[in-house]
Formats: sequence, structure tokens, C-alpha cells
Amino acid sequence: MSLLGENFMTEEGEFVINMGPQHPSTHGVLHLKVWLDGETIKKVQPHLGYIHRSIEKMSERLSYRNFIYATSRMDYLSAHINNQACALAVEKGLQVEVPARAQAIRVLLAELTRLQSHQLWWGCTGLDLGAVTPFFYAFREREAIMEIFEETCGARLTQNFCVPGGVMYDVNPNFQKRVKDVMQQIKSKYREYEEILTGNVIFENRTKGVGYLSKEDAISFGVTGPTARASGISCDIRKWFPYDGYEKLDFEEVVMEGGDCYTRYMARIEEMKQSVHIIEQMIDNLPEGDIQGKTKNVIKLPKGEFYQKVETARGELGVYIVSDGAASPYRIKYRSPNFSNLSALETMSVGTKIGDLVAIMATIDLVIPDIDR
Amino acid sequence: MSNEELKLSLTAHYPEMVFEEGSEYINIVVGPSNFRNCIEQLRNEAAWKFDHLFCLTCVDWKTNFTMVYHLLSCTFKHQLVVKVKLTDVNNPEIETICDLWKGANFHEREVYDMFGVKFTNHPDLRRILLDEDWSGYPLRKNYVDVNMIEI
Amino acid sequence: MNQLLEISFSSLASSIHSWLSSAIANATILNVVEMAIAGVCLLVFLVPLCFVLGYMERKVAAFMQLRLGPNRVGPKGTLQIVADTVKLIFKEGLTPNASDKFLFNLAPIIVVVVSMLVMAPIAFAKNFQLWDLNIGVLYVTSISSIAVIGILMAGWSSYNKYSLLGAMRSGAQIVSYELSVGLSIISIVIMTGSLKISDIVMSQADGWWIFKGHLPIFISFVIFVIASTAEINRAPFDLSEAEQELTGGFHTEYSGMKFAMFLLAEYINLFVVSAMAATLFLGGWMPFHIGHWEAFNHIMDFIPSSLWFLGKTFAIIFIIMQFRWTFPRLRVDQLLNLEWKYLLPISMVNIILVTIMAIMGWYL
Repeated sequence: MSLLGENFMTEEGEFVINMGPQHPSTHGVLHLKVWLDGETIKKVQPHLGYIHRSIEKMSERLSYRNFIYATSRMDYLSAHINNQACALAVEKGLQVEVPARAQAIRVLLAELTRLQSHQLWWGCTGLDLGAVTPFFYAFREREAIMEIFEETCGARLTQNFCVPGGVMYDVNPNFQKRVKDVMQQIKSKYREYEEILTGNVIFENRTKGVGYLSKEDAISFGVTGPTARASGISCDIRKWFPYDGYEKLDFEEVVMEGGDCYTRYMARIEEMKQSVHIIEQMIDNLPEGDIQGKTKNVIKLPKGEFYQKVETARGELGVYIVSDGAASPYRIKYRSPNFSNLSALETMSVGTKIGDLVAIMATIDLVIPDIDR
Repeated sequence: MSNEELKLSLTAHYPEMVFEEGSEYINIVVGPSNFRNCIEQLRNEAAWKFDHLFCLTCVDWKTNFTMVYHLLSCTFKHQLVVKVKLTDVNNPEIETICDLWKGANFHEREVYDMFGVKFTNHPDLRRILLDEDWSGYPLRKNYVDVNMIEI
Repeated sequence: MNQLLEISFSSLASSIHSWLSSAIANATILNVVEMAIAGVCLLVFLVPLCFVLGYMERKVAAFMQLRLGPNRVGPKGTLQIVADTVKLIFKEGLTPNASDKFLFNLAPIIVVVVSMLVMAPIAFAKNFQLWDLNIGVLYVTSISSIAVIGILMAGWSSYNKYSLLGAMRSGAQIVSYELSVGLSIISIVIMTGSLKISDIVMSQADGWWIFKGHLPIFISFVIFVIASTAEINRAPFDLSEAEQELTGGFHTEYSGMKFAMFLLAEYINLFVVSAMAATLFLGGWMPFHIGHWEAFNHIMDFIPSSLWFLGKTFAIIFIIMQFRWTFPRLRVDQLLNLEWKYLLPISMVNIILVTIMAIMGWYL
């Protein structure tokens, strides 16, 4: 101990490293305090709040039209789905009818968002495990999706396309053609993905049996999304509590048994295929009609509580609005998927190696602004 | 179970249960003293099995702090909201449930951080998002921050 | 004709020696001057070599990753590495306050010097060898294992937990994989009966070992490439600097020229390892010959021996670079499992096969 000085180890002789807030594989400003025994992890403690912007407090002063866009900055990879959740919650309060075309556009954009988020996740997982090349392959397809967003929404990352009652504008005239092209491109690349990462022996060794999360633990921790579905929990909000017309669509909920990193990885890969399937069945039958339902300029929700949950790329996002009848919400709570998923990190990673911790973080797909809000 | 059935089975079990209207879910209001027993029963009773706590938060109603627990059953997919009103606004205190739901740990820390609600028997009650030396609880309605600018 | 193209190193050296001894009378000064000349020659060779390797690595990576790679500085981006070097020279060489400053600054020097020392017995072309000592391969294996001391020194003296972990990993890794490297070199030594590099090359005049040594030597070759990739800390075995886990491992705290020295050492090591693989298994500077095809053999002879050597070396470098850009990284326990549970037992059995082959004379 004294060889390296007093600050190197704790008084109990424990070796503690601080992973983050600046670390290549914590994807942002996550700060994990890791207690080590050699290379083996004894304890993990997340320290949060490095980019806490108190979006909940801010929203208490914003109007019902404006607070939606703050949520783009929470889970920036599912920005559109976050907006959709808020718009749906407000619509629930107003009891306004959303036109079929607006719903279809929302769902299309939501699935494209999910697809690009999973693409980025796929690339970053490779990167975290030390394979740099998949990252560039993933970005090739992701870039095509981002261009669709740019053309239709005017923004690549924070689309801000949802308004209470519908969507802001109609889609770009090129939209359908481009989406179909991109879907073709993505489908033709699955094989490439499998060859470069999924089928790799080292990759399988690094992920199979690593970071096990049991079904009971997953439920207890409130883990949702692909992470939970890889542990065998059927929890897809799109299936169980459908919104925006998901009940009319044909898609499968990806539920897998296994609960290790590899299952989580496969669950997300399968989910990408399901998203492509959803987009393909919608893109040719976009209903005609309005894109916005009738809402007043200044929206006032009736007194009460409105809870809307949606399935983002990472899990269940809940928007809980408490209204006292004024023009801005009395209290807003965002139940963000990553916050709960992160709390299961310690259970998954104790007893594994540092390299496994990185693999686990990669496969639960953390987005830090969503944790800190 | 649909909402009506759930309501019936709840009233059968707890005749003096208080329901609150104004939401799509069934809202029950429980006193802080028997809250812990009630929520444990809701979780473990075979007919309900509310095993998934998907949201835990607090609302500052100025006269009281209302703890809001959103529960879901992963088996039956029925949902329930449990509310607990904490009337001591200066020193709100409630028993922790993070031994029942491990995920409640972080959420309770967040509520402590933002509202100053003390969770008794919580293993690690520290601020989670704000600095350790932050003064005040930002999501309380009477919170004043000198740096806050009205837009 | 062919003889004219080949520059004999020994004749060059002896003419320089005779010219210098006529100018300088004192023997000690003469020795020093000659050593300085040899050192400068090595540096003049090594620095462009590292530029070429750096450029090659970027381009190989870029083409595997759907990118173009460097294409702005100089023609086709060839001067990018020069620009980077200039940048590194001008950067502040930071030394952490709590570090052991002497060891911290010594470590990169040791790593570079060791990798340069290993260059000495390598035969670059026919009669073109800096030092053809009679225990050539033994020299290479023993000197290259000193590099781990430099890495451990760097990790220990940085006063950084990531560096320490990286250095520990590196120590375990290099010490283990040296065994497999050694055993696969021994298989060639058994076949050749000599530790001298020039003898090993000459023994392949009638066919490279990888062809005439049949399966056992091929297995040795594969093991040599895998184990030496691990020994020089390149991906997928770059655990000691695992960026995603240890933020840089043993060289986390290094910056500027001190960091560049680690980079330089990495490239020299890459070259040395590939050159050794080419010398031991692919015939070094020996041209490719097929049995009694006199015309074909003659055409092959016409290609300068230095081109043969560099061609083989760069082919192996290319393979090792491809490893880096396709595979994920192993975990530390899997890395050691691979060595102790697979490579080492296989090499041991392989050695027995090679010995039987050598005794029975079952090669060509």
C-alpha cells in the first residue's frame, strides 16, 4: 500500500478506480466508482448528476406546447419517441383525436428512431469490446436514416416533430421513396453485421454468460426494454399498452431467455428486424388526411393526472403529468428507462472483470442525459 | 383484471379503502402508518401480484407531500396507483420499500434529493443527482433559487 | 548480373572501415565513430520505416472501415505522419507530479532502445546484416523480453491506477506468450540445427520451411504469428492499453514525444516480429523457387533479395494489421487461457512432431 502512496488505495486496502466522468466507454458523463480485487469487480457505485438539467423543474414553468421539446434532450437517441410520449400525455388530458395520418407518421418516425438508435448501439458495442470497424459499418446505415430525418424534420438528432394533436408538418415528398431505399439497404447489410461481430468467436466469448440478470431481479429493479426482454420478461409497451395505432400493426415482441450480454445483444438485433418490418408494412399505406387534430393555441389541461408510457429504444418511458388546470403542468415526472436499468448494473457486474463491466454497460445501452435528466 | 374487477377485489379485501378519481388508473390512498403493510400485500398476494414498480415519485401539494407509487403486475398486466399523503411538510418521512423492489433504491434517493422526503430504513440515503452540499430541495414549490431567471 | 544488383554489406563495411582507419589513427575513437555511423544508419532506416508503417496502418484501417484515410497532407496523405510527428514534438511532455519522474522518463527510452536492439541480427538482404552473431534467434528472444520491464516501469511510475492495471496485464501477457513464441522458434532451430540467422536463411535455399516443413511447421508459423501479435501488445491482444477499459493502460499519462516513443516502439516491434516470421518460416531474403523449374527460378532470382525480404515482411504486417481492425479484444482471463490451455500444449506436442521429423529427415 505505502509503496504507491496513501491516495492510491483506501484505508481498508481496497483498490478503487473511478471510471468516468471522462472515460472512453462510459458514453458520456457517467461516473462509476469501482472497487476492485485485482481485475475482479467487488462493488460498483454509480455517481450521477453530471448533466442534470432539472428538466422536470423547467417544465413546471413551460407551457404544454413547449415542455415537449425539452425532452428531446433527455434520451437524445430516442428524441422523437420522447416527444411522442409527451404529446400523447397531453392529448390524453385534452381527449383530442389524433388523425390517422399523423399517427402513422409518428409511428414511422418512431421506428426509424429506434432503428438508428440500435444502429448506434451496435457500433458502440463493437467499439467497447475493442472492435473499431463495426462502428463505421453501423454509421453508414445510420447516416442514411439521419438524412431522412433531416429532410423531413429539419433536424438530425432532436427532431421536435410532435405537437399536441398530431405532427408539426407533413412529411417530405421524397420520404416514402427514401425510407424504402434505406430499408432495402439495411436488410442487405444484416449478413455483413453478423459476419463482422455476431459470429465472431472472441465476441461470443466476451458476451456469452457475462452479466447475467435473472428475471426476478429484472422485475425487481424495474428494468425495461430490450434489456428486460432478454431476461424473459414480456414488457413491450407497444404490445401491452398500445398507443398511436400500434395495435393495428403486425410485429412480434422479442422475448428471449438467457439474460446475459449475448442475449441482450441478440434481442436488440432482432428488434431492429422487427422495426424494419413495421416500417415496411406502413410506408406504402400512409393514410391520407389531416396531420393535426383541433387544439387551442393555449392548451390548458383539466385538473387531474395523466400518465403515458411509451417504448423508447431503451425501454419504458413514462410521462406523468399532474395538472391543476393551469396553462403549465403542476408537476411532471419522467420515468426514464435508463435510470432504472442503471440501478441493475451492480447486480450484473459484481464478480466479473473490468472488461465485462464495459460489455455490460454496452449491452444495457446507457444514455447518460436520460439518467440525469 | 380490468380496472373494475381490480377495484372490486380491492374493496373486498380492504373495505375501508379510499379511492381517488381523476386518472385512467385506479388510485388508492393509504395512510403512512399502514402503507408498508398494504404495499407488501399488493406485491405478494397471488390475485394481484403487483411485482413491477414502474414509477415512484412525489408531488408537492403545499399542504402535503403525496408519494405516488405506480404498480404493474407483470403476470396480469393490471396497474394500480398507490398514494400516500405526508402531512408534515417540514419533515416528511415515510418507510422505504427498497427491500421489496430493489429498483426503488434509486427512485427514493431521487425523491429525497428533490423533495427532501426521508425514507426510514433506506440503506444508502444520499443525494443522487445534485451535489452533496446542495441546500434546499428544488422540486418543492417553495424552493427559491437566487440564480433562477424568469423567462 | 544479379550479383551486381546486390550490395554486400560486409564489403561496404570493410571499405568504410579501411577509409576511416586511414583517417583516424586512435583505435578507440575509430570504434566510437563506427558505432555512431551504424546507429545513424539504423535511425535513418527506422524513422522512414515507422512513417511507412503508420501510413499503412491508417490506410489499411480506412479501407476496412469504408473511409479514405489520410488524404490531405502531401500527395495522397503520405505526409500526414510527418505532420503528426511535428505536432507530437511540439506538445508539452507532461510528467505527473506524483510520479516517479526518473523512471517515468526512462521507461519510453528503454522500450524504444530494446526494440531497436532487436533489429541488429535481422538479415535485410543477401549479405546485408548488421550483426550476424551465432546465437541470432536466442538474442532476439532474450532482448525482446526486456521490453516488458519498460512497460512495467511506465505503468508503475505513472502513479495512475489505470496505468498500473495495464502494466500488470502486460507483464502477465508478455511473459506467457513468450513461451509460445520461443517454442515455435525452437521448431525451426531443430530443423536447421543452428541459431545463426544467416544459417537459417541459407537452409531455406531449396524451399521455405513453411513449404518443406509440412504441417508441424505450418502450425508453428500460425502459433508464432498469434503469440507474437500478443507479445507486441497489438489488438486483439492489446489489453495493456485497452482504451475502452483502461483509457490507454500503461501509457495513459504519457504525452508528446514520450508517447510518440511508445508508438515508435510499437511499429518497430511490429516490423521486427514480421521480419522474424519472414526469416524463420518464409525464407527471409531467399527467392521463391520451385523444384527444377530452372527458367522460373531464374526469373525469381532476378528480383533483388531486399525486395523479397521486405515483401514477405510487409505481407505479414498486413495480416497482423487486419487482425487489429477485425477482432474485438479478448478478456484478460481468456487471453491467458488461450496461451496456457491451447497455444502452449499445442506447441509442446508440435515440438515433438518436429523433432521426429528432423530425426527421420522427413522434409524434402
